Amino acid sequence: MNTLTYWFHKLGSPPTFYRIATALQPWCYGVALVLGLIGLYGGLVVAPKDYQQGDAYRIIFVHVPCAWMGLFAYLFMAVNAFIALVWRIKLNEVLAMASAPVGAAFTFVTLVTGSLWGKPMWGTWWTWDARLTSELFLLFLYFGVIGLYNAIEDRRQAARAASFLALIGVVNLPIVHFSVNWWNTLHQGSTVRLFGPSRIDASMLWPLLLLAIATHLWFFGSVLARARGGLIELDAGKDWVRTLALAQSKPTASGVT
Amino acid sequence: MRPGSTRAACLALLRRDLLLVWRRRGDTLTPLLFALIVVALFPLAIGAQMETLRPIAVGVVFVATLLAGLLALDSLFRGDYEDGSLEQLVVSPHPLALLLACKIAVHWLTTALPLIALSPLLGELLFLDPALRGLLPLALALTTPLLSLIGAVCVALTVGMQRSGMLLALLVLPLYVPVLIFGAGACNAAQMGLPYLAPLLWLAAGLVLALVLAPLACAAALRISTS
Repeated sequence: MNTLTYWFHKLGSPPTFYRIATALQPWCYGVALVLGLIGLYGGLVVAPKDYQQGDAYRIIFVHVPCAWMGLFAYLFMAVNAFIALVWRIKLNEVLAMASAPVGAAFTFVTLVTGSLWGKPMWGTWWTWDARLTSELFLLFLYFGVIGLYNAIEDRRQAARAASFLALIGVVNLPIVHFSVNWWNTLHQGSTVRLFGPSRIDASMLWPLLLLAIATHLWFFGSVLARARGGLIELDAGKDWVRTLALAQSKPTASGVT
Repeated sequence: MRPGSTRAACLALLRRDLLLVWRRRGDTLTPLLFALIVVALFPLAIGAQMETLRPIAVGVVFVATLLAGLLALDSLFRGDYEDGSLEQLVVSPHPLALLLACKIAVHWLTTALPLIALSPLLGELLFLDPALRGLLPLALALTTPLLSLIGAVCVALTVGMQRSGMLLALLVLPLYVPVLIFGAGACNAAQMGLPYLAPLLWLAAGLVLALVLAPLACAAALRISTS
């Protein structure tokens, strides 16, 4: 077996993943916090006012990274769901289900900040615009996945059923987006583009990108934390969890055992 | 024992399902009554004037049909799951997707087709624009099979659960959004005198796609939830 395959197999085993996740998680949170604070400072203090929207535009520094994360988390969940269904790897089931609540939270924050931004700009808290509507149904899709996962008793079967739903959602999401676009649109176009020049000033772009990196790291930290919990729950009867539990309770219960 | 041909199995299943529905034919009235009641509530809630009801008539009929279909979805696999015949379908040597397609077809015939037949009446109750009298049943005829096919996949995922009603609604409704937009959108466009053929063609294209893919997805989902 070559080294790459070896590491791949090794990483897929719950005890190894748990160990690596435990080591990585504080780094993810820590770097995310530092980058996020720098980014927020850059966005809320350093960046100049917008000539049209004044200070109100500054919510973009929360709104846009969260919107990206809402979609990225869904993609991450779907990729893991696909691996979980095709190769039946337990770890990917756990990862897919761990990313659902985090993605839902990001989507929720996107909707709330969007509505706060919409009030001064459009004059209403909510409008049935294409992007808002598809974001709302993205949230419902997340809720469906979470709800289905929690409704089935057997954890692994629940994860597989919810993974399947997540994959159906992937097919559905572009269709929803396309259909609501056809239906109604008011939202401004994308300001930051991957290809071609972005329509945003550099002084506003760097905090935005910094915050995007921060939210990604925060997402991974959060998913790792949830996946650790999920793995322990799933492997509760296994040896490695037992060793872990004993090692943790040793300082207090050393006299008893 | 050698299994019979797949064709014979499908025909037997169709016959059995139709017979089961016929023996309890009163049950097929429930979705109709439900849709009728939902439609009847709207004039009571927002006023009975023709000018307020006419613009929303199409939307209300679509939503009422959708909700009635959602209510009926639960019965798609419930009986078969409870008496164990669903598991027999899963372990049978015939392609599960094909057998499920038969079941979905019977379900559509017995729950959605009566709703389509009722839709002109529902439209009249809300003073539907006379120009739309022909279009509304046509749009519903394209919409409801899609709803049944997509819904069947979600029902297959929740099949073993005790009280799956609310959860089923949560799973199904985001998937129904594009169908509703195009179906009701075509009628609304026609009401405003705009061209309405494109959304109908989109619906038809979606229906063709769903006819092929949804039974396969339904079979995969059923294998997960009965494993």
